Amino acid sequence: MSTILDNQNILSTICSFCGTGCGIEITVENGQPVRVAGDKKSPVSHGETCVKGSQGWGYIQSKERLTYPLVRRNNRLERSSWSEALKIITSAVHRVKSQYGSDGFGCFSSSRSTNELNFLAQKFMRQVIGSNNVDSCNRT
Amino acid sequence: MFGTGADTGSYDDFEHTDVIVVWGSNTQEAHPIIYNHMRRGIKNGAKMVLIDPRKLAMENFSEIWLPVNVGTDIALANAIGHVIIEEKLYNALFVKNATLFFEEYRNQVERYTPEFAERITGIPQEKIRATARLYATANRAMMAWTLGITEHHNGTNNVHALINLALLTGHVGKPGSGLMPLRGQNNVQGSGDMGALPNKLPGFFNVEDIKARERLERAWNCEINPENGLNVSEMQEAMHEGKLKFLYVIGENPLQSDANTTRVAEAFSNLDFLVVQDLFLTKTAQIADVVLPAAGWAEVEGTYTNSQRGVQRVRKAKNPPEEARDDLAIFCDLANQFGVNWRYETAKDVWDELRSLSPAHFGMTYERIDREYELQWPCPKLDEPPTQILHTRLHTNDVGLKAKFVLVNYEPPVDVVDEEHPFVLITGRRLAFYNTGVTTNNYGSKVKDQKEYLEICPKDAQRLGIDTGTVVRVQSRRGSVVVPIRISNKLSEGTLFMSFHFPDQVDTNVLTSDDVDKKSGVAPFKYTAVQIEPFLVSEE
Ligand code: SF4
Repeated sequence: MSTILDNQNILSTICSFCGTGCGIEITVENGQPVRVAGDKKSPVSHGETCVKGSQGWGYIQSKERLTYPLVRRNNRLERSSWSEALKIITSAVHRVKSQYGSDGFGCFSSSRSTNELNFLAQKFMRQVIGSNNVDSCNRT
Repeated sequence: MFGTGADTGSYDDFEHTDVIVVWGSNTQEAHPIIYNHMRRGIKNGAKMVLIDPRKLAMENFSEIWLPVNVGTDIALANAIGHVIIEEKLYNALFVKNATLFFEEYRNQVERYTPEFAERITGIPQEKIRATARLYATANRAMMAWTLGITEHHNGTNNVHALINLALLTGHVGKPGSGLMPLRGQNNVQGSGDMGALPNKLPGFFNVEDIKARERLERAWNCEINPENGLNVSEMQEAMHEGKLKFLYVIGENPLQSDANTTRVAEAFSNLDFLVVQDLFLTKTAQIADVVLPAAGWAEVEGTYTNSQRGVQRVRKAKNPPEEARDDLAIFCDLANQFGVNWRYETAKDVWDELRSLSPAHFGMTYERIDREYELQWPCPKLDEPPTQILHTRLHTNDVGLKAKFVLVNYEPPVDVVDEEHPFVLITGRRLAFYNTGVTTNNYGSKVKDQKEYLEICPKDAQRLGIDTGTVVRVQSRRGSVVVPIRISNKLSEGTLFMSFHFPDQVDTNVLTSDDVDKKSGVAPFKYTAVQIEPFLVSEE
């Protein structure tokens, strides 16, 4: 596994915008990406990218990112801790399971996330919940 | 046979082929880099056939453009099949050795004469014949499609109609000959391959396959539900009916991105509990009971699988902000609340478990992907090359399972055009914008067109006395939106185009039908009957 790099460094990764899978090089300075360009080593794109790939990534540094868990209290979303948020989910799972069984559950997984996340999402649904109700919103 | 729903060939095949059929895909805008491969192919002498109601910019480079009436692709494909058989241009050897149900297919397309198809599709019969001849007599031919045709693991009728043409001509499973469904989002291919589908287990096994279930049951020490689950549309139906009460949504925003959003909102209001795991407080997150802040691109390690079945590594360049966490860590902590003892330290641990369960992925270790950059499945052995082209066996003496012609008929679209709704509205993507725009609406000033507008052809605009900038009300059988128009030469009479990238400005999905394709659960985003009229400010 790679570690976060302190000074300037270049990291190869894959574009997250469409199914082509172009290779991307991120220039990282002091733990933050500062530049993104096509990766010449990519057998898919040989250094090419489109405007989405080279310009669209800034959202990950957006000020509007969620930075802590939220839970609903008195019909409002309020800041919470990870352990509280997970406890609330866990007790809701038990409650719904006893009332509706495993058919009462569903998961919309993400066709933008990694294979590894999708593997765990379906494993959670099948092993923990006992349901095959897992699909991604966007299958095209 | 083609059940895994993946590209049979590789992007490079576009560069070394004789004919490229692009069917219902604005490849140049939606997949620009794949389009670059096509352009190099054209430079190398390939001829392009473009099948799309819109006169896309790509039309400049195409030999034939077929502005097919929206929703009539099956009639066109069957007519092309008809001509290929009638003029004896099919690959008789391939059909005999490698396919089943040819006679049934021949009978089926018998009535799809070019004359008959012309009335449905609006394509002159001579052009249908010319296309059939070009495709069938080519040495090598590629066929690509995307949202316009809508692809899924079950295969929709449209897709079968296209596959049939490849079976007829043998244009599949060879260098320069393949079927290429182009994937919209970056990891549609991979999420399905991982088993994040209601009817598939990891590694392409069916839920209904008892042996596959037993293998998982041993590995995971649990019982696997033997019944197929619900797809996204069916889950929303179950939410409506009050049967599905707990929903976990990861990185998706169904309240804005699904067709017919009013009805989706109703379904969500029936839930007892909603968890949303995302980067942003989306519309869907705003109504959740718990919102979990996830890590995004460049903040996690892992893999994506691209449209040509290539597994590639994504790497971590920065930490997620503040308390946001990697999805893998979130799921481990959550699962362990239920005593299942998940012990994944790294993404590689998860991947290695997947490799142990999916023979097609076994030969792809992280180390090997690091070394070789991209590995296309199936890749079962550590010391053997991955697979650039699927189904090559169809051209050998050892064919194995033969490929089946699947009979499909043209059925008129559900949302009928009539006097009250005389226009066909097509919805799709525009370059540089991405679905509901959660991730791309802050490009800054570098990209133009950051607004929703309705495209209309000059003739229709003139007839209605409207011009670029005029604000109109667009009315479908489900709802209406207000949007400025822009005159566009790309469109033919009676068709309109709008994207769905700016739901806060114009909620396009209020208009669209959620009458889903029964096989795939994919809503027909592409086709909605509408009326338009100038919108007067006094209406507000
Ligand atoms: S750079 Fe463009 S074409 Fe390449 S993967 Fe990203 S969005 Fe797709």
